[in-house]
Amino acid sequence: MTTAIRVKGFSHFFGSAQTLKGIDLDVLRNEILGVVGPAGSGKSTFLGALNRMNDLVRGSRTEGAIEIDGKNIYDPDVNVAELRRKLGMVFATPVPLPRSIFENVVFGTRLAGSRGRASLVELVQDCLERTTLWEEVKDRLDASALKLSGGQQQRLCIARVLALRPDFILLDEPCSGLDPISTAKIEDSLRRLKEDYTIILVTNNTKQAARVADRTAFFLNGELIEVGPTDKIFTAPDDRRTDDYLRGRFG
Amino acid sequence: MRINPRLEQNAVKVVLMVLTATTVGILLFIIVFILRKGVPVLELSFLTRNPVDMGRGGGIFSTIVGTLVLTLVAVLIAAPLGVGTAIFLTEYTWENRVTRIIRFGADCLAGIPSIIFGLFGFILFVTKLRFGWSILSGGLTLAFMILPTIIRTSEEAIKSVPASYRQVSFSLGSTRWQMVARVVLPAALPGIVTGIILSIGRSIGETAAVIFTAGSALHLPTSIFSSSRTMAVHFYILAREGISMSNAYGTAAILVIFILIINLLTYYLMERFIRKYS
Repeated sequence: MTTAIRVKGFSHFFGSAQTLKGIDLDVLRNEILGVVGPAGSGKSTFLGALNRMNDLVRGSRTEGAIEIDGKNIYDPDVNVAELRRKLGMVFATPVPLPRSIFENVVFGTRLAGSRGRASLVELVQDCLERTTLWEEVKDRLDASALKLSGGQQQRLCIARVLALRPDFILLDEPCSGLDPISTAKIEDSLRRLKEDYTIILVTNNTKQAARVADRTAFFLNGELIEVGPTDKIFTAPDDRRTDDYLRGRFG
Repeated sequence: MRINPRLEQNAVKVVLMVLTATTVGILLFIIVFILRKGVPVLELSFLTRNPVDMGRGGGIFSTIVGTLVLTLVAVLIAAPLGVGTAIFLTEYTWENRVTRIIRFGADCLAGIPSIIFGLFGFILFVTKLRFGWSILSGGLTLAFMILPTIIRTSEEAIKSVPASYRQVSFSLGSTRWQMVARVVLPAALPGIVTGIILSIGRSIGETAAVIFTAGSALHLPTSIFSSSRTMAVHFYILAREGISMSNAYGTAAILVIFILIINLLTYYLMERFIRKYS
Protein backbone atom coordinates (compact mmCIF):
# COMPACT_ATOMS: atom_id res chain seq x y z
CA MET A 1 0.00 0.00 0.00
CA THR A 2 1.20 3.49 -0.83
CA THR A 3 1.08 6.49 1.40
CA ALA A 4 -1.73 8.90 0.57
CA ILE A 5 -1.30 11.49 3.30
CA ARG A 6 1.90 12.08 5.24
CA VAL A 7 1.53 14.04 8.47
CA LYS A 8 4.91 15.33 9.63
CA GLY A 9 5.47 16.84 13.06
CA PHE A 10 2.12 18.55 12.86
CA SER A 11 0.93 20.74 15.72
CA HIS A 12 -2.21 22.79 16.00
CA PHE A 13 -3.17 25.65 18.31
CA PHE A 14 -6.41 27.44 19.09
CA GLY A 15 -5.14 30.70 20.52
CA SER A 16 -2.74 29.69 23.28
CA ALA A 17 -4.12 26.17 23.69
CA GLN A 18 -2.25 23.42 21.87
CA THR A 19 -4.73 20.91 20.51
CA LEU A 20 -2.41 18.68 18.47
CA LYS A 21 1.14 17.91 19.56
CA GLY A 22 3.66 16.95 16.93
CA ILE A 23 1.61 14.33 15.10
CA ASP A 24 3.51 11.95 12.77
CA LEU A 25 1.19 9.68 10.84
CA ASP A 26 0.89 8.11 7.39
CA VAL A 27 -2.50 7.43 5.89
CA LEU A 28 -2.41 4.62 3.33
CA ARG A 29 -4.29 4.63 0.06
CA ASN A 30 -7.64 2.77 0.04
CA GLU A 31 -7.62 2.00 3.73
CA ILE A 32 -10.15 2.88 6.36
CA LEU A 33 -8.21 4.53 9.14
CA GLY A 34 -10.17 4.61 12.37
CA VAL A 35 -9.35 7.42 14.80
CA VAL A 36 -10.41 6.86 18.40
CA GLY A 37 -9.83 8.62 21.69
CA PRO A 38 -11.75 10.28 24.51
CA ALA A 39 -13.51 13.63 24.11
CA GLY A 40 -10.98 16.44 23.81
CA SER A 41 -8.22 14.14 22.58
CA GLY A 42 -7.86 16.10 19.34
CA LYS A 43 -9.32 13.57 16.91
CA SER A 44 -11.80 16.00 15.36
CA THR A 45 -9.16 18.71 15.23
CA PHE A 46 -6.92 16.26 13.42
CA LEU A 47 -9.66 15.68 10.85
CA GLY A 48 -10.27 19.41 10.50
CA ALA A 49 -6.56 19.94 9.90
CA LEU A 50 -6.58 17.58 6.92
CA ASN A 51 -9.03 19.66 4.85
CA ARG A 52 -8.21 22.93 6.58
CA MET A 53 -11.67 23.39 8.04
CA ASN A 54 -9.86 24.48 11.20
CA ASP A 55 -8.85 27.64 9.33
CA LEU A 56 -12.40 28.87 9.82
CA VAL A 57 -12.03 28.96 13.59
CA ARG A 58 -10.71 32.20 15.00
CA GLY A 59 -7.19 31.94 16.41
CA SER A 60 -6.33 28.72 14.59
CA ARG A 61 -2.60 28.22 13.94
CA THR A 62 -0.46 25.30 12.77
CA GLU A 63 3.13 24.06 12.76
CA GLY A 64 4.66 21.21 10.80
CA ALA A 65 3.35 19.84 7.53
CA ILE A 66 0.64 17.64 6.03
CA GLU A 67 1.65 16.32 2.62
CA ILE A 68 -0.67 15.01 -0.04
CA ASP A 69 1.07 13.86 -3.24
CA GLY A 70 4.25 15.34 -1.81
CA LYS A 71 2.79 18.81 -1.44
CA ASN A 72 2.25 20.53 1.89
CA ILE A 73 -1.42 21.54 2.02
CA TYR A 74 -0.51 24.48 4.25
CA ASP A 75 1.61 26.08 1.55
CA PRO A 76 0.35 29.57 0.73
CA ASP A 77 -0.36 28.76 -2.93
CA VAL A 78 -2.79 25.94 -2.14
CA ASN A 79 -6.35 26.48 -3.38
CA VAL A 80 -8.29 25.68 -0.22
CA ALA A 81 -11.67 25.27 -1.96
CA GLU A 82 -10.16 22.65 -4.27
CA LEU A 83 -8.42 20.96 -1.35
CA ARG A 84 -11.73 20.62 0.47
CA ARG A 85 -13.33 19.06 -2.58
CA LYS A 86 -10.51 16.54 -2.66
CA LEU A 87 -11.03 15.65 1.01
CA GLY A 88 -14.80 15.45 1.36
CA MET A 89 -16.09 15.72 4.90
CA VAL A 90 -19.11 14.22 6.65
CA PHE A 91 -20.09 15.76 9.98
CA ALA A 92 -21.48 14.25 13.16
CA THR A 93 -24.89 15.81 12.70
CA PRO A 94 -26.29 15.41 9.21
CA VAL A 95 -26.83 18.87 7.76
CA PRO A 96 -28.90 18.75 4.60
CA LEU A 97 -29.12 22.20 3.06
CA PRO A 98 -32.64 23.63 2.66
CA ARG A 99 -33.13 22.52 -0.92
CA SER A 100 -34.14 19.39 -2.81
CA ILE A 101 -32.45 16.00 -2.48
CA PHE A 102 -31.12 16.36 -6.02
CA GLU A 103 -29.70 19.85 -5.41
CA ASN A 104 -28.08 18.68 -2.19
CA VAL A 105 -26.17 15.96 -3.99
CA VAL A 106 -24.94 18.28 -6.74
CA PHE A 107 -24.23 21.25 -4.47
CA GLY A 108 -20.45 20.85 -4.64
CA THR A 109 -20.53 20.07 -8.35
CA ARG A 110 -22.45 23.26 -8.97
CA LEU A 111 -19.91 25.24 -6.95
CA ALA A 112 -17.28 23.98 -9.35
CA GLY A 113 -19.31 25.33 -12.25
CA SER A 114 -21.83 22.68 -13.42
CA ARG A 115 -25.10 24.06 -14.71
CA GLY A 116 -28.29 22.45 -15.91
CA ARG A 117 -29.60 19.10 -14.82
CA ALA A 118 -29.35 16.53 -17.60
CA SER A 119 -25.61 16.04 -17.26
CA LEU A 120 -25.90 15.54 -13.50
CA VAL A 121 -28.64 12.92 -13.38
CA GLU A 122 -26.21 10.03 -13.74
CA LEU A 123 -23.90 11.43 -11.10
CA VAL A 124 -26.78 11.77 -8.64
CA GLN A 125 -27.97 8.22 -9.27
CA ASP A 126 -24.45 6.83 -8.91
CA CYS A 127 -23.77 8.64 -5.63
CA LEU A 128 -27.13 7.72 -4.14
CA GLU A 129 -26.69 4.09 -5.14
CA ARG A 130 -23.30 3.93 -3.50
CA THR A 131 -24.86 5.09 -0.24
CA THR A 132 -27.85 2.68 -0.63
CA LEU A 133 -30.23 5.63 -0.67
CA TRP A 134 -31.28 5.49 -4.32
CA GLU A 135 -34.13 2.99 -3.93
CA GLU A 136 -35.58 4.99 -1.07
CA VAL A 137 -35.61 8.38 -2.76
CA LYS A 138 -35.53 7.83 -6.53
CA ASP A 139 -39.18 8.90 -6.90
CA ARG A 140 -38.82 12.12 -4.95
CA LEU A 141 -35.51 13.66 -5.89
CA ASP A 142 -37.15 17.08 -5.99
CA ALA A 143 -38.60 16.79 -2.49
CA SER A 144 -36.94 18.78 0.28
CA ALA A 145 -33.95 17.02 1.82
CA LEU A 146 -35.09 18.27 5.23
CA LYS A 147 -37.97 15.77 5.12
CA LEU A 148 -35.68 12.71 5.16
CA SER A 149 -35.09 10.72 8.35
CA GLY A 150 -31.85 11.19 10.28
CA GLY A 151 -30.20 8.08 8.85
CA GLN A 152 -31.27 8.98 5.33
CA GLN A 153 -29.97 12.51 5.80
CA GLN A 154 -26.58 11.21 6.84
CA ARG A 155 -26.39 8.91 3.81
CA LEU A 156 -27.42 11.90 1.68
CA CYS A 157 -24.53 13.85 3.19
CA ILE A 158 -22.15 11.04 2.24
CA ALA A 159 -23.62 10.98 -1.29
CA ARG A 160 -23.12 14.74 -1.46
CA VAL A 161 -19.47 14.23 -0.61
CA LEU A 162 -19.08 11.43 -3.18
CA ALA A 163 -20.46 13.77 -5.85
CA LEU A 164 -17.36 15.91 -5.34
CA ARG A 165 -15.34 13.01 -6.78
CA PRO A 166 -12.95 13.29 -3.84
CA ASP A 167 -9.86 11.19 -3.17
CA PHE A 168 -10.54 11.04 0.56
CA ILE A 169 -13.61 10.84 2.72
CA LEU A 170 -13.30 12.27 6.22
CA LEU A 171 -16.02 11.24 8.64
CA ASP A 172 -16.43 12.93 12.00
CA GLU A 173 -18.45 10.59 14.22
CA PRO A 174 -20.95 10.05 11.40
CA CYS A 175 -23.17 7.67 13.36
CA SER A 176 -23.25 9.39 16.73
CA GLY A 177 -26.92 10.31 16.43
CA LEU A 178 -28.16 7.28 14.53
CA ASP A 179 -29.96 4.07 15.38
CA PRO A 180 -28.17 0.68 14.95
CA ILE A 181 -29.84 -0.11 11.61
CA SER A 182 -28.87 3.23 10.06
CA THR A 183 -25.40 2.78 11.50
CA ALA A 184 -25.11 -0.67 9.92
CA LYS A 185 -26.15 0.74 6.55
CA ILE A 186 -23.52 3.44 6.73
CA GLU A 187 -20.79 1.00 7.80
CA ASP A 188 -21.82 -1.18 4.90
CA SER A 189 -21.43 1.72 2.50
CA LEU A 190 -18.01 2.53 3.94
CA ARG A 191 -16.68 -1.00 3.39
CA ARG A 192 -17.70 -0.79 -0.25
CA LEU A 193 -16.43 2.75 -0.68
CA LYS A 194 -12.87 1.94 0.32
CA GLU A 195 -12.39 0.25 -3.06
CA ASP A 196 -12.27 3.73 -4.56
CA TYR A 197 -11.52 6.05 -1.69
CA THR A 198 -9.25 6.50 1.26
CA ILE A 199 -11.39 6.89 4.34
CA ILE A 200 -10.60 8.42 7.70
CA LEU A 201 -13.23 7.66 10.31
CA VAL A 202 -13.23 9.52 13.60
CA THR A 203 -15.45 7.74 16.06
CA ASN A 204 -16.41 7.76 19.71
CA ASN A 205 -17.63 4.24 19.32
CA THR A 206 -14.56 2.00 19.60
CA LYS A 207 -16.60 -1.01 18.48
CA GLN A 208 -17.29 0.80 15.24
CA ALA A 209 -13.57 1.19 14.64
CA ALA A 210 -13.11 -2.51 15.39
CA ARG A 211 -15.81 -3.38 12.88
CA VAL A 212 -14.76 -1.29 9.89
CA ALA A 213 -11.25 0.14 10.27
CA ASP A 214 -8.21 -1.51 8.67
CA ARG A 215 -5.89 0.42 10.94
CA THR A 216 -6.72 2.36 14.06
CA ALA A 217 -5.04 5.41 15.58
CA PHE A 218 -5.44 6.25 19.26
CA PHE A 219 -5.32 9.91 20.28
CA LEU A 220 -5.01 11.22 23.82
CA ASN A 221 -4.65 14.85 24.92
CA GLY A 222 -3.61 15.97 21.46
CA GLU A 223 -0.98 13.27 21.07
CA LEU A 224 -1.00 10.28 18.79
CA ILE A 225 -0.32 7.45 21.24
CA GLU A 226 -0.13 4.69 18.68
CA VAL A 227 -1.35 3.57 15.31
CA GLY A 228 -1.43 0.09 13.81
CA PRO A 229 -3.59 -2.67 12.33
CA THR A 230 -6.97 -2.66 14.07
CA ASP A 231 -6.58 -6.28 15.29
CA LYS A 232 -3.32 -5.48 16.96
CA ILE A 233 -4.54 -2.24 18.55
CA PHE A 234 -7.55 -3.98 20.00
CA THR A 235 -5.79 -7.17 21.16
CA ALA A 236 -2.16 -6.36 21.84
CA PRO A 237 -1.50 -2.62 21.85
CA ASP A 238 2.03 -1.40 22.60
CA ASP A 239 0.92 1.31 24.97
CA ARG A 240 -0.89 0.65 28.23
CA ARG A 241 -3.07 3.75 27.81
CA THR A 242 -4.47 2.38 24.54
CA ASP A 243 -5.41 -0.84 26.28
CA ASP A 244 -6.98 1.03 29.20
CA TYR A 245 -9.08 3.19 26.91
CA LEU A 246 -10.26 0.39 24.65
CA ARG A 247 -11.18 -1.75 27.64
CA GLY A 248 -13.20 1.15 29.04
CA ARG A 249 -11.00 1.87 32.06
CA PHE A 250 -11.33 5.60 31.23
CA GLY A 251 -13.15 7.52 28.52
CA MET B 1 -50.04 36.03 53.79
CA ARG B 2 -50.25 34.42 50.39
CA ILE B 3 -53.48 34.98 48.49
CA ASN B 4 -55.41 32.12 47.03
CA PRO B 5 -53.36 30.98 43.98
CA ARG B 6 -56.45 30.51 41.95
CA LEU B 7 -57.66 34.01 42.72
CA GLU B 8 -54.20 35.36 41.90
CA GLN B 9 -54.24 33.53 38.60
CA ASN B 10 -57.57 35.02 37.65
CA ALA B 11 -56.66 38.52 38.82
CA VAL B 12 -53.48 38.54 36.72
CA LYS B 13 -55.41 37.26 33.76
CA VAL B 14 -58.00 40.02 34.07
CA VAL B 15 -55.36 42.75 34.45
CA LEU B 16 -53.46 41.52 31.38
CA MET B 17 -56.67 41.31 29.38
CA VAL B 18 -57.57 44.90 30.29
CA LEU B 19 -54.10 46.08 29.24
CA THR B 20 -54.40 44.26 25.93
CA ALA B 21 -57.92 45.53 25.33
CA THR B 22 -56.76 49.12 25.97
CA THR B 23 -53.92 48.78 23.45
CA VAL B 24 -56.14 47.26 20.81
CA GLY B 25 -58.87 49.78 21.58
CA ILE B 26 -56.57 52.78 21.06
CA LEU B 27 -55.25 51.36 17.78
CA LEU B 28 -58.73 50.57 16.51
CA PHE B 29 -59.97 54.01 17.56
CA ILE B 30 -57.26 55.76 15.52
CA ILE B 31 -57.79 53.63 12.45
CA VAL B 32 -61.59 53.78 12.59
CA PHE B 33 -61.50 57.53 13.23
CA ILE B 34 -59.30 58.22 10.21
CA LEU B 35 -61.15 55.85 7.95
CA ARG B 36 -64.56 57.26 8.97
CA LYS B 37 -63.40 60.81 8.31
CA GLY B 38 -61.48 59.94 5.19
CA VAL B 39 -63.33 57.20 3.37
CA PRO B 40 -66.38 59.38 2.45
CA VAL B 41 -64.01 61.63 0.47
CA LEU B 42 -62.58 58.71 -1.44
CA GLU B 43 -63.67 58.10 -4.97
CA LEU B 44 -61.70 56.96 -7.96
CA SER B 45 -61.00 60.51 -9.14
CA PHE B 46 -59.38 61.29 -5.77
CA LEU B 47 -56.74 58.69 -6.64
CA THR B 48 -56.33 59.56 -10.32
CA ARG B 49 -56.46 63.39 -10.44
CA ASN B 50 -53.77 65.83 -9.45
CA PRO B 51 -54.48 68.34 -6.68
CA VAL B 52 -56.16 71.56 -7.77
CA ASP B 53 -56.02 74.92 -6.02
CA MET B 54 -53.39 73.92 -3.40
CA GLY B 55 -55.29 70.74 -2.66
CA ARG B 56 -58.72 72.25 -2.04
CA GLY B 57 -59.99 70.36 -5.04
CA GLY B 58 -58.91 67.56 -7.29
CA GLY B 59 -57.22 64.40 -6.11
CA ILE B 60 -53.85 63.33 -4.78
CA PHE B 61 -52.39 61.48 -7.76
CA SER B 62 -49.13 63.42 -7.90
CA THR B 63 -48.53 62.87 -4.17
CA ILE B 64 -49.08 59.13 -4.54
CA VAL B 65 -46.51 59.11 -7.35
CA GLY B 66 -44.21 61.32 -5.26
CA THR B 67 -44.47 58.97 -2.29
CA LEU B 68 -43.80 55.86 -4.34
CA VAL B 69 -40.88 57.33 -6.30
CA LEU B 70 -39.24 58.83 -3.23
CA THR B 71 -39.56 55.55 -1.33
CA LEU B 72 -38.26 53.62 -4.30
CA VAL B 73 -35.17 55.84 -4.54
CA ALA B 74 -34.59 55.52 -0.80
CA VAL B 75 -34.86 51.72 -0.85
CA LEU B 76 -32.75 51.33 -3.98
CA ILE B 77 -29.97 53.24 -2.23
CA ALA B 78 -30.37 51.90 1.31
CA ALA B 79 -31.00 48.21 0.60
CA PRO B 80 -27.70 47.42 -1.17
CA LEU B 81 -25.73 49.56 1.30
CA GLY B 82 -27.44 48.06 4.32
CA VAL B 83 -27.43 44.43 3.24
CA GLY B 84 -23.83 44.77 2.04
CA THR B 85 -22.78 46.20 5.39
CA ALA B 86 -24.62 43.44 7.22
CA ILE B 87 -22.91 40.76 5.12
CA PHE B 88 -19.53 42.31 5.77
CA LEU B 89 -20.11 42.56 9.51
CA THR B 90 -21.33 38.99 9.87
CA GLU B 91 -19.40 37.01 7.26
CA TYR B 92 -16.24 38.86 6.34
CA THR B 93 -14.80 40.05 9.59
CA TRP B 94 -14.28 38.73 13.08
CA GLU B 95 -16.09 40.48 15.89
CA ASN B 96 -13.73 43.25 17.03
CA ARG B 97 -13.64 46.84 18.20
CA VAL B 98 -14.40 48.23 14.74
CA THR B 99 -17.47 46.05 14.17
CA ARG B 100 -18.73 46.95 17.62
CA ILE B 101 -18.32 50.64 16.85
CA ILE B 102 -20.15 50.26 13.52
CA ARG B 103 -22.97 48.39 15.23
CA PHE B 104 -23.16 50.94 18.03
CA GLY B 105 -23.18 53.74 15.46
CA ALA B 106 -26.02 52.08 13.55
CA ASP B 107 -28.03 51.71 16.74
CA CYS B 108 -27.50 55.38 17.61
CA LEU B 109 -28.39 56.44 14.09
CA ALA B 110 -31.63 54.48 14.35
CA GLY B 111 -32.64 56.53 17.36
CA ILE B 112 -32.01 59.98 15.88
CA PRO B 113 -35.22 61.97 15.23
CA SER B 114 -36.08 62.15 11.56
CA ILE B 115 -36.13 65.94 11.54
CA ILE B 116 -32.40 65.91 12.28
CA PHE B 117 -31.91 63.76 9.20
CA GLY B 118 -34.03 66.31 7.35
CA LEU B 119 -31.81 69.16 8.47
CA PHE B 120 -28.68 67.20 7.59
CA GLY B 121 -30.11 66.32 4.17
CA PHE B 122 -31.06 69.93 3.57
CA ILE B 123 -27.58 71.18 4.35
CA LEU B 124 -25.69 68.46 2.49
CA PHE B 125 -27.84 67.51 -0.51
CA VAL B 126 -30.08 70.53 -1.08
CA THR B 127 -27.55 73.31 -0.54
CA LYS B 128 -23.95 72.00 -0.50
CA LEU B 129 -24.32 69.49 -3.35
CA ARG B 130 -26.90 71.73 -5.09
CA PHE B 131 -29.43 68.95 -5.72
CA GLY B 132 -32.11 71.43 -4.64
CA TRP B 133 -35.42 70.30 -3.19
CA SER B 134 -35.71 67.16 -5.19
CA ILE B 135 -36.59 63.49 -5.18
CA LEU B 136 -32.85 62.79 -5.19
CA SER B 137 -32.20 64.84 -2.03
CA GLY B 138 -35.28 63.40 -0.32
CA GLY B 139 -34.48 59.85 -1.38
CA LEU B 140 -30.89 60.08 -0.15
CA THR B 141 -32.03 61.52 3.17
CA LEU B 142 -34.64 58.82 3.64
CA ALA B 143 -32.05 56.24 2.65
CA PHE B 144 -29.76 57.39 5.49
CA MET B 145 -32.70 57.40 7.84
CA ILE B 146 -33.69 53.77 7.15
CA LEU B 147 -30.15 52.46 6.67
CA PRO B 148 -29.58 51.50 10.32
CA THR B 149 -32.81 49.53 10.43
CA ILE B 150 -31.90 47.63 7.29
CA ILE B 151 -28.39 46.91 8.58
CA ARG B 152 -29.61 45.59 11.92
CA THR B 153 -32.53 43.52 10.63
CA SER B 154 -30.37 42.04 7.85
CA GLU B 155 -27.65 41.26 10.36
CA GLU B 156 -30.08 39.44 12.62
CA ALA B 157 -31.50 37.52 9.66
CA ILE B 158 -28.02 36.51 8.51
CA LYS B 159 -26.95 35.53 12.01
CA SER B 160 -29.97 33.29 12.41
CA VAL B 161 -28.78 31.09 9.54
CA PRO B 162 -27.33 27.98 11.23
CA ALA B 163 -23.53 27.94 11.46
CA SER B 164 -23.63 24.33 10.27
CA TYR B 165 -24.87 25.49 6.84
CA ARG B 166 -21.74 27.60 6.48
CA GLN B 167 -19.54 24.72 7.60
CA VAL B 168 -21.13 22.34 5.12
CA SER B 169 -20.88 24.85 2.31
CA PHE B 170 -17.18 25.42 2.99
CA SER B 171 -16.51 21.71 3.34
CA LEU B 172 -18.01 21.13 -0.11
CA GLY B 173 -15.47 23.52 -1.56
CA SER B 174 -17.25 26.84 -1.75
CA THR B 175 -15.44 30.13 -1.59
CA ARG B 176 -16.68 32.58 1.01
CA TRP B 177 -18.73 34.48 -1.54
CA GLN B 178 -20.28 31.29 -2.92
CA MET B 179 -21.22 30.34 0.61
CA VAL B 180 -22.82 33.74 1.19
CA ALA B 181 -24.61 33.87 -2.16
CA ARG B 182 -25.85 30.29 -2.34
CA VAL B 183 -26.49 29.33 1.24
CA VAL B 184 -26.64 32.27 3.63
CA LEU B 185 -28.54 34.86 1.60
CA PRO B 186 -31.29 32.52 0.37
CA ALA B 187 -31.85 31.33 3.92
CA ALA B 188 -31.78 34.88 5.32
CA LEU B 189 -33.77 36.46 2.51
CA PRO B 190 -37.22 36.40 4.13
CA GLY B 191 -35.82 38.15 7.20
CA ILE B 192 -33.96 40.69 5.10
CA VAL B 193 -37.06 41.41 3.04
CA THR B 194 -39.10 41.85 6.19
CA GLY B 195 -36.64 44.50 7.40
CA ILE B 196 -36.77 46.29 4.07
CA ILE B 197 -40.56 46.30 4.06
CA LEU B 198 -40.63 47.78 7.56
CA SER B 199 -38.28 50.49 6.32
CA ILE B 200 -40.56 51.16 3.38
CA GLY B 201 -43.38 51.69 5.84
CA ARG B 202 -41.28 54.20 7.73
CA SER B 203 -40.31 56.18 4.63
CA ILE B 204 -43.86 56.28 3.34
CA GLY B 205 -45.07 57.83 6.58
CA GLU B 206 -42.17 60.26 6.97
CA THR B 207 -42.84 64.01 6.84
CA ALA B 208 -40.16 65.97 8.67
CA ALA B 209 -37.17 64.62 6.76
CA VAL B 210 -39.00 64.90 3.44
CA ILE B 211 -40.36 68.42 3.73
CA PHE B 212 -36.80 69.72 4.28
CA THR B 213 -35.29 67.86 1.35
CA ALA B 214 -37.87 66.98 -1.32
CA GLY B 215 -39.89 70.16 -0.90
CA SER B 216 -43.62 70.21 -1.46
CA ALA B 217 -44.28 70.87 -5.14
CA LEU B 218 -47.70 69.68 -6.20
CA HIS B 219 -47.08 68.88 -9.85
CA LEU B 220 -46.13 65.45 -11.13
CA PRO B 221 -42.36 64.93 -10.83
CA THR B 222 -40.60 64.71 -14.19
CA SER B 223 -37.10 63.67 -13.08
CA ILE B 224 -35.23 62.84 -9.91
CA PHE B 225 -34.31 66.53 -9.73
CA SER B 226 -37.97 67.53 -9.50
CA SER B 227 -39.30 68.64 -6.18
CA SER B 228 -42.18 66.46 -5.08
CA ARG B 229 -44.77 66.17 -2.36
CA THR B 230 -45.51 62.92 -0.59
CA MET B 231 -48.89 61.92 0.82
CA ALA B 232 -47.70 62.44 4.37
CA VAL B 233 -46.43 65.94 3.59
CA HIS B 234 -49.63 66.72 1.67
CA PHE B 235 -51.68 65.73 4.68
CA TYR B 236 -49.52 67.85 6.94
CA ILE B 237 -49.84 70.94 4.76
CA LEU B 238 -53.58 70.53 4.13
CA ALA B 239 -54.29 70.14 7.82
CA ARG B 240 -51.74 72.60 9.18
CA GLU B 241 -52.74 75.43 6.87
CA GLY B 242 -56.43 74.64 7.06
CA ILE B 243 -56.70 74.23 3.30
CA SER B 244 -59.11 71.32 3.27
CA MET B 245 -59.68 69.07 6.24
CA SER B 246 -61.82 66.67 4.25
CA ASN B 247 -59.09 66.16 1.65
CA ALA B 248 -56.55 65.86 4.46
CA TYR B 249 -58.53 62.99 5.95
CA GLY B 250 -58.92 61.43 2.52
CA THR B 251 -55.13 61.50 2.12
CA ALA B 252 -54.69 60.10 5.61
CA ALA B 253 -57.06 57.26 4.86
CA ILE B 254 -55.11 56.30 1.73
CA LEU B 255 -51.87 56.52 3.70
CA VAL B 256 -53.24 54.28 6.45
CA ILE B 257 -54.48 51.78 3.89
CA PHE B 258 -51.02 51.77 2.26
CA ILE B 259 -49.35 51.08 5.58
CA LEU B 260 -51.88 48.40 6.46
CA ILE B 261 -51.17 46.63 3.20
CA ILE B 262 -47.42 46.80 3.84
CA ASN B 263 -47.79 45.42 7.36
CA LEU B 264 -50.02 42.59 6.19
CA LEU B 265 -47.37 41.75 3.63
CA THR B 266 -44.74 41.79 6.37
CA TYR B 267 -46.73 39.44 8.57
CA TYR B 268 -47.29 37.10 5.67
CA LEU B 269 -43.55 36.99 4.94
CA MET B 270 -42.59 36.57 8.59
CA GLU B 271 -44.97 33.67 8.95
CA ARG B 272 -43.52 31.95 5.92
CA PHE B 273 -40.05 32.67 7.24
CA ILE B 274 -40.79 31.09 10.60
CA ARG B 275 -42.51 28.08 9.06
CA LYS B 276 -39.62 27.43 6.73
CA TYR B 277 -36.66 27.92 9.04
CA SER B 278 -37.61 26.78 12.51
